[in-house]
Amino acid sequence: MSTHPAFADTLRGEWIKFRSLRSTWLTLGGLVVIGLGITVLSADASVASYPTATVEERQDWDPTNRSLLMYMVAQLVIGVLGILVVTSEYATGLMQTSLSATPRRHRLLGAKVAVVTAVAVVSGQVLMLTSFLIGQARFVASGLPYATLDDPRALSAVVGGGLYLAVIGLLTVGLGTIMRATAGALATLVGIVLLVPPLADLFPWLDGLFAFWPTLGGAAVMETVVNPDHPHPWLNLAGMGAGALAVLAVAFVLFERRDV
Amino acid sequence: MTNIDVRGLTKRYGPRTVVDDLSFTVPAGRVTGFLGPNGAGKSTTMRMILGLAAPDGGSATIGGRRYRDLPVPLTEVGALLDAGAVHAARTARNHLLALAASNGLPRRRVDEVLARVGLESVAGEHAGSFSLGMRQRLGIAAALLGDPRVLIFDEPVNGLDPEGIRWIRAFMRSLAGEGRAVLVSSHLMSEMAQTADHLVVIGRGRLIADTGMSEFMQTNGDGTVLVRADDADTFALHLSAAGATVREGPESSLVVSDMTGAQIGKLAAFHGVALSELVPQRASLEDVFMELTSDSVEYHGAVEYHGAAA
Repeated sequence: MSTHPAFADTLRGEWIKFRSLRSTWLTLGGLVVIGLGITVLSADASVASYPTATVEERQDWDPTNRSLLMYMVAQLVIGVLGILVVTSEYATGLMQTSLSATPRRHRLLGAKVAVVTAVAVVSGQVLMLTSFLIGQARFVASGLPYATLDDPRALSAVVGGGLYLAVIGLLTVGLGTIMRATAGALATLVGIVLLVPPLADLFPWLDGLFAFWPTLGGAAVMETVVNPDHPHPWLNLAGMGAGALAVLAVAFVLFERRDV
Repeated sequence: MTNIDVRGLTKRYGPRTVVDDLSFTVPAGRVTGFLGPNGAGKSTTMRMILGLAAPDGGSATIGGRRYRDLPVPLTEVGALLDAGAVHAARTARNHLLALAASNGLPRRRVDEVLARVGLESVAGEHAGSFSLGMRQRLGIAAALLGDPRVLIFDEPVNGLDPEGIRWIRAFMRSLAGEGRAVLVSSHLMSEMAQTADHLVVIGRGRLIADTGMSEFMQTNGDGTVLVRADDADTFALHLSAAGATVREGPESSLVVSDMTGAQIGKLAAFHGVALSELVPQRASLEDVFMELTSDSVEYHGAVEYHGAAA
């Protein structure tokens, strides 16, 4: 009664699942509200601190980066979306039904990865761009140095920031698949993006890894003032992407092998 | 005709062998009851048939192919393993739409199966607001999406009210009547008596019986006859003399074995004894089942129990 389902069919099924949950849209709405809210607050804080800044600080003043700082929180929200796409199916038992309908498991996980990545790319780019514009508008209004998108470094930072969030999306689908439980995957994500970075100095031998770590080297792409530690920030982001792909590869292998 | 073929299927979890060299066939056009006490390995077997768990030995095939190799699985096999396996915040229609889309099935199939299980009016409501009976129907609707030739239901009447149970029984029968192969598991023998044509009984992962329902009863019934006569004591002597084994039943009745009801009737007529009762005692399915599986029940309660087990 029907021809062999293609990957596009699996993708359509996953998209219907994703869009048919109100929590999806609440989370995305929350992403915008929290992201832009933090942008406004951090821009105001910058405005307040500029008059007392030293000459050195003013030299390295990076209005672009200062308008994109909300990525710290946005990555958690995107991460929750990525995790839930997998773990909610384990929590409800729906995974059995999904795999009965699509027994080629890599195809099912591939469709989930595609949906999350697409959503993370689009929402990440929109969020980064809006944050940038709101932040710069505040700086202009206060007579502070500001950036425009005509500046190639600013554009690169905004686009890079969106891609950074997409990589977080990839990473979290992998984490959700490996951990199979929301709490464990979320704790791991918080550990990676928020807990390890401030402690990075404790592990000097891991410096090579931290160059590609989220919130650390991976986030350097959102800076426009050259960071002596990360002279080629796109390489750092690419490395972070490679790390996320490695986690995903483990996830694919486990997903293929484990009983459901 | 599409059958399910299970051959030498084995599954181990650590040192425990949950399914042990199990072989049986589920033929088209019949309801095959898959019976065993809790923990006998029924669900694990079904999950292996569906490719959700990997066997440690043997194979399970549908029409000769492994489940994973089915090009459009929903059009060949429909399964309901756990009625609770729906996202509570998704509507019934969207749940089915996503499944249909994943197999390239047309949208109208969703409305067709919703109508068939009687859920059209609540299709737009969240599955979380459904009663257990409605969730069972939703699960059955999902199983029917691809109009499959093979259906697998794991404990479909568990927790249902009598009305729901009756509906599911009739539904299974009608599915088999359409020529489909239907495999239904249960830990309640009485459930199967009214639904199944064929029985596969397992205990501790091993096959105990693979037989037609009526053969099962004949082979395993205890074959005694309850007799009530005016002069029970005298008639008991006649029966013994004729080769029957007689013991005393309740309220001065006789329980006769090694002789059929017809033979007892003739003997009574010959001796001019008036019988007020002549009832062949069919062991209840439940008794037969308990007897068969008593050795294989995983965890015995401390207290002996008789009759219907829940």
